[in-house]
Amino acid sequence: MIEVDKLTKRFGNFKAIDDVSFRVEKGEILGFLGPNGAGKTTTMRILTCFLPASEGTARVAGFDVFENAMEVKRRIGYLPEQPPLYEEMTVDSYLSFVAKIKGVFPGDRKKRIQRVKEQVRVEDYGDKLIKHLSKGFKQRVGLAQALIHDPEILILDEPTAGLDPNQIREVRELIKSLSGNHTIILSTHILPEVSMTCQRVVIISEGKIVAVDTPENLTRQQQGASRISLKIKGPDAGLKERLREVTGVLSVESNVLDGDGEEVHSFSVETELKQDIRGQLARSVIESGFELVELRSMELSLEDVFTQLTTQEEVRSQ
Amino acid sequence: MRNIFAIIGKELRAYFASPIAYVVLTVFLLLSGYFFYNILSVFIQRSMMMVVQAQQFGGAPPAMDVPALVERNFFGIISTIILFMLPMLTMASFAEEKRRRTFELLITSPLTNVQIIVGKFLAAMFFFIVMLLPTMIYHVFLYLHSSPKMTVGPALSGYLGLLFLGGALIALGIFISTLTENQIVAAIISFGAILILWVIDLSAQAAGPFWQEVLGYISILNHFDDFSKGVIDTSSLVVYLSFVLLGLFLTYRSIESLRWRT
Repeated sequence: MIEVDKLTKRFGNFKAIDDVSFRVEKGEILGFLGPNGAGKTTTMRILTCFLPASEGTARVAGFDVFENAMEVKRRIGYLPEQPPLYEEMTVDSYLSFVAKIKGVFPGDRKKRIQRVKEQVRVEDYGDKLIKHLSKGFKQRVGLAQALIHDPEILILDEPTAGLDPNQIREVRELIKSLSGNHTIILSTHILPEVSMTCQRVVIISEGKIVAVDTPENLTRQQQGASRISLKIKGPDAGLKERLREVTGVLSVESNVLDGDGEEVHSFSVETELKQDIRGQLARSVIESGFELVELRSMELSLEDVFTQLTTQEEVRSQ
Repeated sequence: MRNIFAIIGKELRAYFASPIAYVVLTVFLLLSGYFFYNILSVFIQRSMMMVVQAQQFGGAPPAMDVPALVERNFFGIISTIILFMLPMLTMASFAEEKRRRTFELLITSPLTNVQIIVGKFLAAMFFFIVMLLPTMIYHVFLYLHSSPKMTVGPALSGYLGLLFLGGALIALGIFISTLTENQIVAAIISFGAILILWVIDLSAQAAGPFWQEVLGYISILNHFDDFSKGVIDTSSLVVYLSFVLLGLFLTYRSIESLRWRT
């Protein structure tokens, strides 16, 4: 649906994005993740035909964003970082104006306006002036504006910025409910948002793509090995050696913890990748007569991955 | 075409939602009414004095066409007033779109830049016509009470001239509005540009007759005088139309360059 190939954008000598390539399939939600100033907005502006690229091509629904801008614009709903609202208009008249310039058929306009107002839950605010709405509602009207012509592709630049937690949840649910019929790219610098809503993630840092994958794969790949944490009650009589004998175990570290007067030992077991040996470990502990109180695999959070990827990039570039 | 109408509708809504439009309208009508009253009473007094003088010294009173003099002076004043009023209508045109980021909405919608610009231009022209309409009552009044009946030509050509002059000022103002995000800055630059165009022929007096003539053509108010006398000169029409097209063309280029730069 969206093919971005070796896209570069220069502002003078500064490269806002550098050789960026990725694809988005139909019906997918792609998360665009990166610190502020990484080039997320620039990429989105190129895809929405607001900015021309310096080098490289981008195709949306088979149309080049530069050669066939009109066709691309017809198919994209875009919510910029700051929702583009005419504050002196009412919600209804604003949506009606946007419907007109986005080419919604005159006969369908009323229906579409009603539909998007329901989708973003502003049905009761149709005759309110936009300037009197709260920030959350303004953001929703911005989202309604992007949806009004029922576009195949939605490009949302930080759609949850500045909302309160409840509103954030609602917007996320709305975005999720839109996938399937719509192809969505959303940018954010909030990590949980990506793992909650997106099927695939592009991590971008200083204009370069540092990783593209599913949130799960990203966290898995970034780990050199899997780690399992174990806790047992009672004295540690050579359990460390026993654990080491289990096949697949690479190394074991042990620690003594103090828990309610009883001795508690914790072990951090490093295992080979892609081998789930939690069962063997548990059996080994219990067969040796220890009391197992905790066993869990320690996964890197997306946050760790993000930090690793973006800081590695810094080290590499220095 | 539908897109242009959508832009015009949105612009007019914006005009009437902001206090600026009402203030411009009110001040314009107050000033034009005041000046019309003043000009009319001055010329009536003068013509009466001439009649009295003729009676005292004998002989026929000199011919004095009061309606024509009133029309000419009235249009002269109105044309000067709109030099200061029209930048107020155009200052927000693109500056506000840029400041509120709605510029991004317009550019990423399936509209051409020409549609956006023409829509904004026509909306400002429409508002300008709304400003002028009430002043037509003055001429109706003048016509009804003149004897012998005044010729309506100068009034009509005067309004035609105002439309062309206004179009030139609006196109210039819209262009200047694309240069900044601040509408006050846009208004001040527009005032400056218009003032220079107004007096440009004076500044060239020292430069010799050739330049004086050339710059006299560029000076936007010079051409207006013909219209208020009832003369529609093709060269004046060409000058005003060129101003309109140049202004809109510069606006187009300016918008294009905004996208390449920012």
